[in-house]
Order: sequence, then C-alpha cells, then structure tokens
Amino acid sequence: MSEKVWIAGGGVISGIGLNLRACLQSFRDNQPGMTAMKYLSSVHHATFPVAEVKADNATLAEMAGMPEEISRTALLSMIAAREAWESSGLGDISRYRVGFVSGNTVGGMDKTEDFFAGYLKAPNGGRLRQVVHHECGSITELVADMLGIRHHIATISTACSSGANALMYGSRLIRSNQLDVVIAGGTDSLTRFTLNGFNTLMILDQEACRPFDETRVGLNLGEGAGYVVMVSDSLAAQVQPWCRLSGFANANDAYHQTASSPDGIGNYLAMKGALDRSGLQPQQIGYINLHGTGTQNNDVAEGTAISKLFAPTYPLMSSTKSFTGHTLGASGGIEAVFSALSVKEGIVYPNARFQHQMKELPFAPETEWSEGHDLQHVMSNSFGFGGNCSSLIFSKV
Amino acid sequence: MSIYINGTGCVSPQQTTQGGPLLAALKEYEQVRLAVVDPDYKQWIDVKQIRRMSRVVKMGVAAANLSLEAAGLTAPDAIITGTAYGCLDDTGVFLKKMVEQQEEMLTPTAFIQSTHNTVAGQIALLLQCHGYNNTFVNRGFSFENALLDAMMILDEGGADNILVGGMDEITNYSHQILSRFGIYKKAPVKTMELLNSPDSGTIAGEGAAFMTLSKTKGSLCTTELKGVSTLYKPLWEGEVIGHIVQFLEAHNCTPEDIDLLVTGRNGNIDQDEIYEEVAEALFPEHPEACFKHLCGEYPTAAAFGAWMSNALIAEQRVPDAVMFYGHPPEKINKILLYNHHEGTHHSFVLLTYAE
Repeated sequence: MSEKVWIAGGGVISGIGLNLRACLQSFRDNQPGMTAMKYLSSVHHATFPVAEVKADNATLAEMAGMPEEISRTALLSMIAAREAWESSGLGDISRYRVGFVSGNTVGGMDKTEDFFAGYLKAPNGGRLRQVVHHECGSITELVADMLGIRHHIATISTACSSGANALMYGSRLIRSNQLDVVIAGGTDSLTRFTLNGFNTLMILDQEACRPFDETRVGLNLGEGAGYVVMVSDSLAAQVQPWCRLSGFANANDAYHQTASSPDGIGNYLAMKGALDRSGLQPQQIGYINLHGTGTQNNDVAEGTAISKLFAPTYPLMSSTKSFTGHTLGASGGIEAVFSALSVKEGIVYPNARFQHQMKELPFAPETEWSEGHDLQHVMSNSFGFGGNCSSLIFSKV
Repeated sequence: MSIYINGTGCVSPQQTTQGGPLLAALKEYEQVRLAVVDPDYKQWIDVKQIRRMSRVVKMGVAAANLSLEAAGLTAPDAIITGTAYGCLDDTGVFLKKMVEQQEEMLTPTAFIQSTHNTVAGQIALLLQCHGYNNTFVNRGFSFENALLDAMMILDEGGADNILVGGMDEITNYSHQILSRFGIYKKAPVKTMELLNSPDSGTIAGEGAAFMTLSKTKGSLCTTELKGVSTLYKPLWEGEVIGHIVQFLEAHNCTPEDIDLLVTGRNGNIDQDEIYEEVAEALFPEHPEACFKHLCGEYPTAAAFGAWMSNALIAEQRVPDAVMFYGHPPEKINKILLYNHHEGTHHSFVLLTYAE
C-alpha cells in the first residue's frame, strides 16, 4: 500500500494552448481563448463565443497520431494524456501497472450528431462508423489502446466534476496497491448537443464570461483535455514529483438536477471533506482554483460556501474558466493540472474581466498573473449537474 | 476485511421486484429485444415526476429503493452507479429535435435528463443523500468499476453503507442502430433455448440491479462480496485462465473451492466459446449457471448476474431455469461470476456465503 499519492506530471490542451506551456503563456499574456466559433458548425455561431481548441481535426489527428475521422473528444484526450505521460519522465509505460481513468460527458457525440441527420431520414441512413465511438467509454479506450494501457480502464461521467472524480478514483487504485501509476483527468469536445443544451438552460453568455463579477450573466463553453500522472510512494522516489494529491472529497448537493442550492451545501461539503481528508485547516489553503463558471447560480453558491468555510481570512482565488471557458468533463482534469503546477511553481492565475464586486461576497478574485508565491496547499473545485460536487487539494512535496 | 451485501433490488425482464423465491414465475420470451417488467413506480416516485422521468431513471430509482428496503435502510452514505449508455431516451429526444428543428425552439427537460449521472443524481435528490456520488460509464466495466470504487471506499472507512448499481435501457433508436452492427439474432428465438443456439448474435436486454454494501453484516445478509476484477482485451484464452487463477489466489482459494460457476453466456456461439474454454481448463466438473437468457445482453448485465448470484446463495437453491451444466450443488458456499461483454471486457466477481 502507498501512503501517499503524488503528481508526477501533467498535460493540457485547451482553447488557450495546444500544450501546458502554451496555456501558461496565454495566462501570462492575458489572452483568453473565447472567440467566434470557427470549428464547430452551428446555427448559433454568431451568437455565442466559445473557447475552441485552435486547430481543426486534421491537425489534431496528426498531433495525436490517430485517424482524422474519429471523435475530436478522443483526439484531444490523446494529445493531453501523452503530454502528461512524457512530462513524468517515467519512460516505457509497459514497465508499470498503469491505469487510465478519464472523465467525459459527450463521448463521440460530435460524430453522433452528424450521423443523426442521415439516420432520422431513414433507419438505414447515416454511416455507422460515425456512431461506433458514441459511448463515453469508447473514447477512453481509443486512447488507452494508443498508449498501451491495459491494467485498468475506467471512465467517469458526473457532468462538470467528471475529471476531478477521475483523480479520486485513480488515487484509491494507487493507495490500495492495485496500480503503480494512473493517468487521470478528463476530455470533452464542443458539440452542438451541449451548446444547444446549455442554451435551453439560458446560462450562456453572448459575450466573454465574467466569473465572480456582479454583472455576470452566464458561461462560455470550451473544449479540451487535461491529465495528471499520479504515482505511488515507490515511484515518486524515482522521479521529481510536482506535488501530492493530499485530499479530496465528493458530495452531493441533493437540491436540483441542474441548479446549485443557494447556500452551496454540496460545495461546502466537498471543500470541507477535502480539508478533513488532508488534515488541513482552511487558513492553510493558499489558492483556490474556483469552479467559477460565470453563471449567476454557480458563483453565488460557490462563493457563499467559501465564505462560510474560510471566513474571516480568504485564500487567493481565481476562475481559469475566464480563459479556457467551461470545458465540462475536461475541466476537473485541466484545472487539476493548473492547480498542481500552481503548488509546484507558486503560480496564481488571473481571473479575466473581473470589474464589479459581487455584493453577496466579502472577497474578490485575483485579476493578474503572479508567480513566486509560497503555496503550500492549493484547492481545485469542480461542481456539476446532478448535484455532483468535488474538491481536490494539492500539497507541496 | 469483509464486505457484506445487506440488501439487493432489481428491475429486469423477469419478475424480480415482487419478492418471493427466485424466478418463481419465470418469464419466457420469443423475441430479440427484452423489456423490463415495470413495477408500480408510484411506490417510490411522485406521480408528477414519473411522467417526466425516462425509463432508465425509473428503473434505477426503483431498484435502488428495493435494495435499501431489503437492507433496512432509509438512505445510504454513498451512491455509485455504472451505466454504459446513460440516459439514451432523453439523449435521443434532444438529438432528434435539435436536428429536425435546426437548433431552434428547443426545451431543456430532455437535455437536463440526458447526462449519464442523472440516475445517481435523482436517487440522491429523492433520498436527500449528500454523501459521495459517482457514475462510471466504461462500457462492459461500468458496473464493475462502480463495485470496486464502493469496496475501496468501504475499505478506507469512508462510508458505512454504500448503494451501488448498474443499469442500462434500450430505446427504439439504440436498438435499431445496434441491430445494424449485427449483434443480435436475425430471427426471434425462444429465451429458454437461447444458450444452445447454434449461430451468432444474441438478444438485447436491459435492467437495473443495485446492492447495498457494508462492512457490518445486516440481520438478513447471506452473502459476502469477496472481490471484483476486470480484464481488458485479453490476447488469448490463456490470459483469462491465468487471470482467474490469480484472482482466486488473491482471495485464498482455488477453482476447486468454487461451488457454482455463473457465466454470462449470451447464445452467440462465437462469444460463448471462451466460457467453454475456461470451464474446460479450470472448472471441468463444476456446475454452471447462466443469466443472460433471463435478462438479455447489455453492457451492465453483470449487475443482474451479481444480483442473481446473491439470490442463489441466499436461497441455497439453483432453479432449473438457470442451470446450464451439471447438477445444482448441495451447498452453495462460493460463486464465481464470470462475464464478458463483446469479448473485450471480461469481469470476475467472487461471492461467498456469509456465516
């Protein structure tokens, strides 16, 4: 059994960069990723800005080393997972007991929605190869097969907390000595299905979103993938780990299928549970990577829960979704990488476009990139539909 | 450490919601698509809500409640589900309207209910359960991953009672599309003759099965869940055989200790061959029971298999309708459930009689 679980690397592809270092540069340069829709085909292309990964499927396929016609969700996953693995310096993957635990919410929906146009005209219409990877699990397996991972494969789909829950499950697999290494995180590509779904909920901003700002009106969807490489004590001794995954918790808001309770009970329980598991007091958290979608409902619920738990002294905070958009099933993975790097390099990310203090809250997000902080512990929040709330804590080596 | 199955619940194409002995009234079909026998959902769900809920949500909520009732609980500490397909019905409704209405004039209900965690979320909402809540969606491993997650959390002491289940539904769209892949029989087949079918293809099934797990043995508990293991894309049958030997060894037993082998034969001659090879290599004299002629084939059918295996141990009786080979054992102490889905996802669950 491994006492601790360590983060040995990470990879990200998102609307602000095709790899982790490119994403960091966009934060430094204050260059958010929301633009007019270019790669997704939708009647709403002129209405809603999105944070697309700035590459077409042909380019992504080339980067991933996969066929162009497979789901974009798999291409994004492959690129970030391989970057994560290579950053760990662990070398030949076949030397270890490795698991791949990936969250996603759309699976191969980007292809299924194309298939349906033909299928709805005739039961034998539409090309079957467009639905063959519809299932969320199929996306995970395409990438696992490319990476040569067979020991353990799992896919988690808890809406916007999928990626965070992947880290929790992966951590348990290491602690119980079933695996030495787990690549954990999430992926999601933009689809008309999700864009239209969020549009019916009337929570999409027609301009760039403003998380934790009094004037916020909604979120921008994004896409991408993010994975950490988690290792056991014995492997951590062979590499230079970034930090530890010291605590986590998952709780359910049990309030509404899509909305958060006004006082953020699920959010509070997740953050409190993560602190308890890591044995930390609230004031020991140096930075919180907020869920911070920019919807009226999320930010007030999350903020209220933070006030209740952290008052009277608040950690530094920001929502990186103000740069990447809300990447749904990928967000927990992408933000886990950002948070782990935050501990390692003392980085606090900026919260773009914050101008007006929320009247309900006694704190404000950080608006500038800064580094050189002595961050001992960083919290990452991911809350989603179905009341699913998760918090992770990363701690210094 | 011991983990006990303190209560189970199942909604399936058999009459599994009424209580009473296993398969007391066997349902036989002659078709390639089985549907669940709906219980009276009003027992657990408000009438107004029932109308809005898709079938997979209703069957999940019903099976979850039955499992808790059997365990004598009103709410668990954690809820973990496995579903390969998720909420297909609502997904199909939203997709159809989106395509036909060219992304205009859409309403949110179907989208809201289309996410894979809808069932676990609805159970939490109805039971007001704020505890750990997770949903696994990896094809033929969805239920097994959920089971493993539950066992690890119990092992850590993170919860006293965990509700864990697997469910999938068939919709007209999904059946039509899956049929185009050629995975079902070309003509209707009698379910009681399915397992001896001489050709390829199987029958489609659906259902929801839940179990309430705890480290504390409940008053009506008969079964201990010893372990679960998965094997992804084995290269050849020897790898499956080796995996089973190791899995049993890890739980301090050998093939000789298994009283009954329960397999996921589905009547597809190509896919059932591996069960033959495993039985021949490790369990040549063992009695074998099966379940997919009762519930059909679907990625979380192993949840039905686990539910049935628990019932076999509880009743210490193997109904004729489930016996496939040999004679029912006098004493059912240990059951190995071996299932595979599509030849790529192999899983193993070890259950023992709880003293």
